[in-house]
Amino acid sequence: MAEKDKLSIVLFSGEMDKALAAFMLATTGASMGMEVKIFFTFWGLNVIKRNEGSIKSKGLMRKMLNIINRGGSKRLKLSKFHMFGLGTWMIKRLMKDINMPSVEEFIVMAHEMGVKLIPCSTSCGLMGADQEAFRPEAEPLAGAAYFLAEASNSKVTLFI
Amino acid sequence: MKADQSLDCVGLYCPMPIVKTAEKIKKLKTGEILEVVADDKGIKLDMPAWAKATGHEFLGTEEKDGEIKVYVKKTHD
Repeated sequence: MAEKDKLSIVLFSGEMDKALAAFMLATTGASMGMEVKIFFTFWGLNVIKRNEGSIKSKGLMRKMLNIINRGGSKRLKLSKFHMFGLGTWMIKRLMKDINMPSVEEFIVMAHEMGVKLIPCSTSCGLMGADQEAFRPEAEPLAGAAYFLAEASNSKVTLFI
Repeated sequence: MKADQSLDCVGLYCPMPIVKTAEKIKKLKTGEILEVVADDKGIKLDMPAWAKATGHEFLGTEEKDGEIKVYVKKTHD
């Protein structure tokens, strides 16, 4: 294996279940010797926002957005059956029951395995989140051209 | 089958047995055999696929009372 196979994922969604799907494939890809990158766009940014503190942004609307749409790996909801938190709580319990890692654990694990976590710069501009809004594991912001350049020489590309 | 090292993945589901195998194989010497014990049936197809992708040699599967043992030989660093 001279050149590593690449896996490039766009995570557009900010829900717990979809984030889990992305991180399961990302960590498996890294285990298989692939070079893995996840691009977080739009609601997906919520997955890699810091869990602690408040997110600083400029302008009333963006400030409000970052309060209502706070994000952080520990605040994610299910895309279905959230049921005011009851469904999400139940799924989290079931995950623990089968020793499945949480999104938080997956992020740390993926980072340690060399998976690159890249926030999309346009989504960041739109939503008023800059580098300091993200966890330390996040890479510098990048744009669509960078993703397409990576995707065009990736064996596998996914949009979640 | 005789193995040089064993990895207990009982109670773990995909992708954890593969993630742990990838970690563990780094600690073996080339030519040594790793046994992975698991109960998630997915491993029966996942481990040969992982071995093929990483270039290690998949040696086979043994199954008894719901416990699955898969064997991989480390072929390179």
